[in-house]
Amino acid sequence: MHKPGMLSIWFFIGLLLLAYGILILGSGIYEWNHPPAVVLAELHAGVWWGGLLTVLGLIYTLKFKPRKGN
Amino acid sequence: MLVQAITEFCWAPALFLEAAPQRLLHLSGVDLAIVVLYFVAVLSIGFYLKKYTKTGEDFFLAGREMTAWVAGLSFLAANLGSLELLGWAGSAYQYGILAAHWYWIGAIPAMVFLAIVMIPFYYISRTHSVPGYLKLRFGEPARALSAVSFGFMTVLMSGVNMFSMALILQVILGWNLDVSIRVSSITVALYVTLGGLLSAIFNEVLQFVLIWLGAMLISILGLIEAGGWNGVVARIHNNFPAQDFTHMWRTMGSFTDNPMGIHWVGIVFGLACFISMGYWTTDFLVVQRVIAAKDLRAAKLAPLIGAAFKMAVPFIVILPGLLGLALLDTPGHHFLVGEDVAAEALKHGQVLHTYNQVLPIMLARYCGPGLLGLGITALIAGFMSGMAGNVSAFATVWTYDIYRATIRKNATDEHYVSVGRWCTIIGVLVSIGTAYLVRHSASIMDYVQALFSFFIAPLFGTVLLGMLWKRATGPAGFWGLTAGTFSSIGLWAWVKLDPTAIRYVALSPHAKDMAENMFRALWCGLICIVVTVVVSLFTEPKPEKELVGLVYGCTEIPSEGHLLWWQKPIFWAGVILAVFVALQIIFW
Repeated sequence: MHKPGMLSIWFFIGLLLLAYGILILGSGIYEWNHPPAVVLAELHAGVWWGGLLTVLGLIYTLKFKPRKGN
Repeated sequence: MLVQAITEFCWAPALFLEAAPQRLLHLSGVDLAIVVLYFVAVLSIGFYLKKYTKTGEDFFLAGREMTAWVAGLSFLAANLGSLELLGWAGSAYQYGILAAHWYWIGAIPAMVFLAIVMIPFYYISRTHSVPGYLKLRFGEPARALSAVSFGFMTVLMSGVNMFSMALILQVILGWNLDVSIRVSSITVALYVTLGGLLSAIFNEVLQFVLIWLGAMLISILGLIEAGGWNGVVARIHNNFPAQDFTHMWRTMGSFTDNPMGIHWVGIVFGLACFISMGYWTTDFLVVQRVIAAKDLRAAKLAPLIGAAFKMAVPFIVILPGLLGLALLDTPGHHFLVGEDVAAEALKHGQVLHTYNQVLPIMLARYCGPGLLGLGITALIAGFMSGMAGNVSAFATVWTYDIYRATIRKNATDEHYVSVGRWCTIIGVLVSIGTAYLVRHSASIMDYVQALFSFFIAPLFGTVLLGMLWKRATGPAGFWGLTAGTFSSIGLWAWVKLDPTAIRYVALSPHAKDMAENMFRALWCGLICIVVTVVVSLFTEPKPEKELVGLVYGCTEIPSEGHLLWWQKPIFWAGVILAVFVALQIIFW
């Protein structure tokens, strides 16, 4: 679905996931010692889910970033 | 499939609005930042894509340049509205794993059928829309009937969805109803007006990813808490030993053996053969995404990719409902109640949580700051993808099948793009108007949903005969479609006026609403086919040369002989059907 010069949708998705990952990971780390009042808080889901989003976001951002002559 | 999901939302809007119900969730600053970032992203995409949307082909069919993956994910995302997520999670809590029928037998065979049998004709005919195909195959009357009914019902449904979503946001977050309606609809209007289908599809793929990442965590954490799938089953059986919530077919032998009050004949012949076939193969909301693919192979692969993900959707929709049965309930006692019970309790000042709130309740159970925002963003993304699908399909059908066909036939391409943009705005405004109508009269919602369901099954009968039977004639297409639609309305009205008539319509006095929908679709689909066949036999068929590209036997389907076996759509169709059958056996 590429018109000349058009950014890939996966680049936008990568950027958003990266931003979400950083926010959620940061929030999870901040609350490490004061977990929220949710079930299974001891698993620190925010940390590993935020980490996963960050990694996915990075991969997609780098793989689909605009390149010269593209 | 949205129709059935929303039918489950028997809200009492006025009551909920007046009572200012308690909030279910509280968002932190991080959560709000995630939601705001989402709105910024979708609007940015709309503004970015405007410069790439110049021709009618760009605006209405995304330039026909979609890869199979993008078209496939968008095809599924247009259907994955937030009410679909909330409604079916609620249905799973209420009926158990039976709700998964709407994701498996009620979707997969139809998607495979679309990919392998029907897509070649939609694609080769170069039609812009499903009503456009009817024009080519059956003539103007069939197109006009289909286009007007589709255009009208699409914006009304969009309004019903909009209101329901705003109500959900008010109930679970305490957000103002007017603000929710205006902000979300203006956002959709902006990005679809700017970038047309290209923008809608781009955002649908983004929304698809967010829906999965936002909702999947509930199921993962729920399975950990319950001790895996076996733990879920054991807990449900412990809570409700007299009922079977975890098998899909064992209780289908009798209307009285399952909580849905349905029989396997209704599921197989009503749901699988007519409702799902009608929705997935002829509803332009979803078909538009597929015919925007870059070539025939991509168009055939797109529904197959959609089907593969559709089979997995129960993991994020049905499983949370089952987890609710396992983890929220206690032996013999349901924690959540039906909408009617909640509305009655509300009259006495008591706020009870309903089946349809199971997904947000499970979200609140496991998700702290950040993750909660992601989950809420998933629900909003679901709503917006569904609404964008509705308005972009409406703009195409109105512009090409109503405006160009009847009002201005020979205008420039630029003019039609401009009309498409205005249609998008008008479509959103009508949706907002419908949302406010529903706010003042809940019964309108029931009627709109019923109206939408009248057209699905007959349209499939008409399109199917048009594609596979050379002898089907133009008048037959029109009269078959008309007879099927009116018979559906007649059966619905009969049961509405005399509820005991359900024994005739659904073949059992023990049948419930869901069964009535299935059997009504079966009868009106059959009536459509019979009328089309009979009228065809008494009318003059089109010469074969006029059917080239439209009908099986008159159309040369491009060979796939040069492709390797694993590159052929038919191979992946086989894989998907094999997995589908395996799922039926595993959860039998």
